[in-house]
Amino acid sequence: MPLFEEGLVSLSQKLHNKEIKASDLVDEAFTRIHEVDGDVQAFLTLNEEAARSEAKALDENGTADNEILSGMPIGLKDNMVTKGLKTTCSSHILENYDPLYNATVVEKVNAQKAITIGKLNMDEFAMGSSTETSFFAKTKNPWDLQRVPGGSSGGSAAAVAAGEVLFALGTDTGGSIRQPSAFCGVVGMKPTYGRVSRYGLVAFASSLDQAGPITRTVEDNAYLLETIAGLDRHDSTSADVAVPHYAAALTGDIKGLRVAVPKEYLGEGIDESVKANIRAAIKQLESLGAVVDEVSLPHSKYAVPAYYIIASSEASANLARFDGVRYGVRAETNDLIEMYKKSRSEGFGDEVKRRIMLGTFALSSGYYDAYYKKAQQVRTLIKQDFEKVFKDHDIIVGPTTPTTAFKIGENIDDPLTMYANDLLTIPVNLAGIPAISLPCGLANGLPVGLQMIGRPFGEETLYRAAHAYEQTAGFTLTPAKGAMSK
Amino acid sequence: MMSRINEDQVKYVANLARLSFTDQEIKTFTTQLDDIIGFAEQLNELDTQGIEPTTHVLDMYNVMREDVVEPSLPREEALKNAPVQEDGQVKVPLIMEAD
Repeated sequence: MPLFEEGLVSLSQKLHNKEIKASDLVDEAFTRIHEVDGDVQAFLTLNEEAARSEAKALDENGTADNEILSGMPIGLKDNMVTKGLKTTCSSHILENYDPLYNATVVEKVNAQKAITIGKLNMDEFAMGSSTETSFFAKTKNPWDLQRVPGGSSGGSAAAVAAGEVLFALGTDTGGSIRQPSAFCGVVGMKPTYGRVSRYGLVAFASSLDQAGPITRTVEDNAYLLETIAGLDRHDSTSADVAVPHYAAALTGDIKGLRVAVPKEYLGEGIDESVKANIRAAIKQLESLGAVVDEVSLPHSKYAVPAYYIIASSEASANLARFDGVRYGVRAETNDLIEMYKKSRSEGFGDEVKRRIMLGTFALSSGYYDAYYKKAQQVRTLIKQDFEKVFKDHDIIVGPTTPTTAFKIGENIDDPLTMYANDLLTIPVNLAGIPAISLPCGLANGLPVGLQMIGRPFGEETLYRAAHAYEQTAGFTLTPAKGAMSK
Repeated sequence: MMSRINEDQVKYVANLARLSFTDQEIKTFTTQLDDIIGFAEQLNELDTQGIEPTTHVLDMYNVMREDVVEPSLPREEALKNAPVQEDGQVKVPLIMEAD
C-alpha cells in the first residue's frame, strides 16, 4: 500500500519512531510523479534536489514532537510565492518570475518542516474552472484522463488524488479549492475570509481570495489548516481570532446537529445523479443523529452574475501591476504606453483579458453604479440569506458542483456555461464564510462532492460533521491506477 | 436583440485597461462581453434601493505599527526580476520629450 494512503497522523508517528524515513516519503512522491505525471500533468515545477536534501537532513536529525507536518510531502499551487522557486500563476507574463520571499502559508508549512515537492498547475491567475486556461499544461483528471480536474486549483487536487503528494495547498476565490476537490474525489476546505493570511498569494480578487488545504482525509485537512491559519502582520485583512486545534473537533458525534438543505441547491440545473448521491449523504447524516430541515437561500441565482462583476473589477485593478517594468515579460517598443499594451496583450491569455475588460468596463465612469455598486448590494442580500439560515442551523449541506467532471474542451469556448459551473460555490465566497467539499460516492465512475457550509470561523463544526460522515460512508477514495495511464 | 456594448466602447475600455487587440479580437470580445453584461443585467430584477453595498465581509479597521526602520531589499535583489535595467535602475522607454 502506498504510504500516502495511511494518512498524516500514522505517517508522522512512524517517522518519529524511525519506522520510516522522510526519504521514503519523498521517494514515493517522485516515483509516483515519474510514473503518472506525464499523463496527469499536475506539476509545473519540481523541487526535487532541495526536497531530497531536506529529507536527508530530517533523517539525520530526527523530528520534533510538535511538528506533525515534519517530513510530509506537500504540493503548492503556483500562485503562492516561493523564494528561489519559480512562481508563474500559469501565465506567460510571469514565465520567469523568481520570487524574493515566501508567502506566509509557505513560511508556515516550512516552519513545520513539511517538504515542498513542487509547484502545481492552475488556471491562469486562478481564472477558470477547469485548469484549461493555463499557459503551460492541461492537467487531466486522475479518474479519467479525458476529463478536466476542475479549477482553478486543478493541479493541487489532481496531485493529491493521483498520490503524487500527501497533500497540497490551493486558493479559492469562487470555488477554486472545492470544485476541483469534488471533481477529483478529495477533501478541500475554503476557510473563512481572514482565517488564512493572503500575504504572498498573487492577488486575483482581494475581497474573496482565501488559501486552504486539499487532502485525502478530513483529519489531514484539519491539521493542515491549523498550520496555515492565523493573524499575520503582513496582511491587514487576516483576522485576530485564535486558531483552534481543529483535530480535537473530530469526535464522530453529530447528534442534534442542525442541518439546513437549501432547496435551490437541489433544484434546476443540478444533475440527477449528483442529487441522488447528495440525498443519500443527507440520509447518512440523519442516521448519525443530525436534524435536517429544508430552507431557502432566495438570492442564490444572482450570485454568479454578482460575482463576475465584483471579482473581475478587483482583478482588473490587481492585474494592473503586470506592465513589463519591474517583473515579467516585456515586449520592446519605443513608446511607454505601447510597451505596456504590448507586454500585457502578449503576456495574458484570453480568459484573463476577458475579465480585465469586464472589470475595467464595470468600474468605468458612467457604469460604476449600474454594475459594480449594484453587484455589491446584491452581495449584501446573499450574505443576509446565509445569516438568516444560520440563526437556527449549524451547517448548510448540498452538492459542491452541479455535475461531475466534464470533458476537456467541452466548455472552454463558452464562458457563460463555464461560469455556471460555480453556482454552488460562489455564494460562500461572497459571504466570506467557510465551506468544505468531501467525496460522497461516485456517479458513473466519477467522484461527487458533498459541500458543507458553516458560520464565520465555524471550521470546527464543519470538520466534525465532515469527519463523522467520512468515517461512516465507507467507499474508496483512490482512482484506479490504470486510469492514470493512456 | 439590441446590443449593450459596441466595438467603439470595447476599444475605449481596452485602452483604459492597457490592452491592444486585432480587429478580429475586438469583434469576438464585443460579442462575448455583450453576452456577459447581458447575463449580469439579471441583477436588475432585484430592488436594491437602500441596501448597503458589501465591499468587504469583515469589519475593517486600520492596523497600526511602530514607525521603526527595518532592513529593505538590497538593490540587486529588487532588480532581479526586472526585464530591462541599466546602472542599477529599471529602464523604460522615454517618458518625456527632451526639450
